[in-house]
Amino acid sequence: MLLGLLLAVALIVPLLGQPYYTRLVARMAIFGIAALSLDLLVGYAGLVSFGHAAFFGIGVYCAGLLPMMGVQQVWVIVPVAMLVAALYGALSGLISLRASGLYFIFITLAFAEIVFYIAQGLRMLGGDDGFRLPAPTLLPGGASLANPVVLAYTMLAALVLAVWVARRLSESHFGQVVVAARDNETRLRAMGLSPYPYRLALYMIASALCALAGVGFANLVEYASPASMSWVVSGEFLFMVILGSAATIVGPVLGAVVFVGLEQLLSAVTEHWLFWLGIVLVLRVLLLRQGIHGLLAGGGQR
Amino acid sequence: MSMQALDQSEAVQTGAYDRSGEAPLLEVRNLVKRFGALVVTDQVSLSVRPGELHALIGPNGAGKSCLIGQITGELRPDAGEVHFRGERVDALAVPERARRGLARAYQVPRLFGSLTPEANAAVAEISRQRSGFRFWRRASTDRALAIAARAALDRVGLGRVDAPDPAGRHHPRPAGLLAHGDKRLLELAMGFASEPAMLLLDEPLAGLGPADSAAMVSLLRSLKGRYGILLVEHDVEAVFALADRISVLVGGRLIASGPAALIRTDPRVRTAYLGEDA
Repeated sequence: MLLGLLLAVALIVPLLGQPYYTRLVARMAIFGIAALSLDLLVGYAGLVSFGHAAFFGIGVYCAGLLPMMGVQQVWVIVPVAMLVAALYGALSGLISLRASGLYFIFITLAFAEIVFYIAQGLRMLGGDDGFRLPAPTLLPGGASLANPVVLAYTMLAALVLAVWVARRLSESHFGQVVVAARDNETRLRAMGLSPYPYRLALYMIASALCALAGVGFANLVEYASPASMSWVVSGEFLFMVILGSAATIVGPVLGAVVFVGLEQLLSAVTEHWLFWLGIVLVLRVLLLRQGIHGLLAGGGQR
Repeated sequence: MSMQALDQSEAVQTGAYDRSGEAPLLEVRNLVKRFGALVVTDQVSLSVRPGELHALIGPNGAGKSCLIGQITGELRPDAGEVHFRGERVDALAVPERARRGLARAYQVPRLFGSLTPEANAAVAEISRQRSGFRFWRRASTDRALAIAARAALDRVGLGRVDAPDPAGRHHPRPAGLLAHGDKRLLELAMGFASEPAMLLLDEPLAGLGPADSAAMVSLLRSLKGRYGILLVEHDVEAVFALADRISVLVGGRLIASGPAALIRTDPRVRTAYLGEDA
């Protein structure tokens, strides 16, 4: 199976001792987690969030701030980052989930911009420039995520775990209610269920997952800056989800792999790589009904 | 329809129902709903007793669906009260009323289009057993859920519908691709899954072919006596065959309400509604 092959390649690459490619694998895994967390919202709940980078940025800042307080352990940083993101998800979701469609898109964007400007306003943290990570995140046993090989394997493991969790979640009783709310909200209400609490719970879960990716990203670039939570990043996440095909979980991960790969390839060749990436997205929408996922799965799977 | 047909349905009516002493399951009192200057519900009062099939008829635009909407909570009335099982419910939201036992079928069936009929019914069961916050247990391999869903589908006679995919493999057909009649049945099945006390059915026969229509009428007849039913329907023949009581809504006002036999002979109803046939 193609996915297994892809994972095998990803597992072998860090062994080749080429830091550039090892970091590329780590990057793909990190954005894969971010994209699949957004897919839970876009694909399964039909909630197109344009502010998902806020939670990514919360992860980045947690990974940058906690070492300042002398905390480097991954088992502290990741739970704290996920908790903070889930709380901000709850706070912003309470309000944004009352809206739908275009309004939801704008409110999520607005909440992400709030976090962005707060980060930008933190003078002692470099403001707009951000700051260098004072120290990397450490795994139990002392292995450092500053080591590209450790980072790549850690993020690949996290990605596999995230895919598994997201799959289970989407197939659970909870997942069925979320999909039902996407398909027909009126019917769900008439059956005695209000979609709101289910969407809110999902929003918090997706936010927390994205923060996990953010922690990885901070260790990859060894830097924390407001740029990691700008609306451009939110747009890129959406790009990955659409590229790979929403509501498939694996699809958006593939979307992230292709996006990051093309970004590296094209930016080496031309300054105008975004232009070509845009054309790729247009071609995907015009030619591939089920995205890259449909292409690889042979159109047979949903 | 002809007078003859009306008279034939009388046999079904005679002695069919007398539980007039019982407290009503649903009671609507002096309900008023305006959209600007247009009064769509004008001082409407009606009741449905346990097990009774109460039909609501009236020409297009009479405000029948609006009245149903105010009973389920989708529309807020401007004045009046809605009581269900002895409790005033007009301030409650749709899901809260549904949980108290009000089930609704829509004029255009509302389904979870991407899910299979089994999964649709399973969501109804998840709602009934309040297991929507189980994050880990797979719905598709949950036997209890599957059994309840299958039972709900069997109750309306909806069998398994498979459809081949482009690769030739067979998958259960998603509800959105079902035939119209099957969509209707599925919606009813989902209504039962929540173990309601009352069904609000908005034109269950609309758009059905003769065979589906006959099947639906016999299904409705089998439900009579077990659920309180408020039936909105244009098919007069079916209404007179099924209803214990009939209320006639014209221009937002209830112009007549009573046993089917009385409604049939009511001169106001004849001119206002059955006019063309009389």
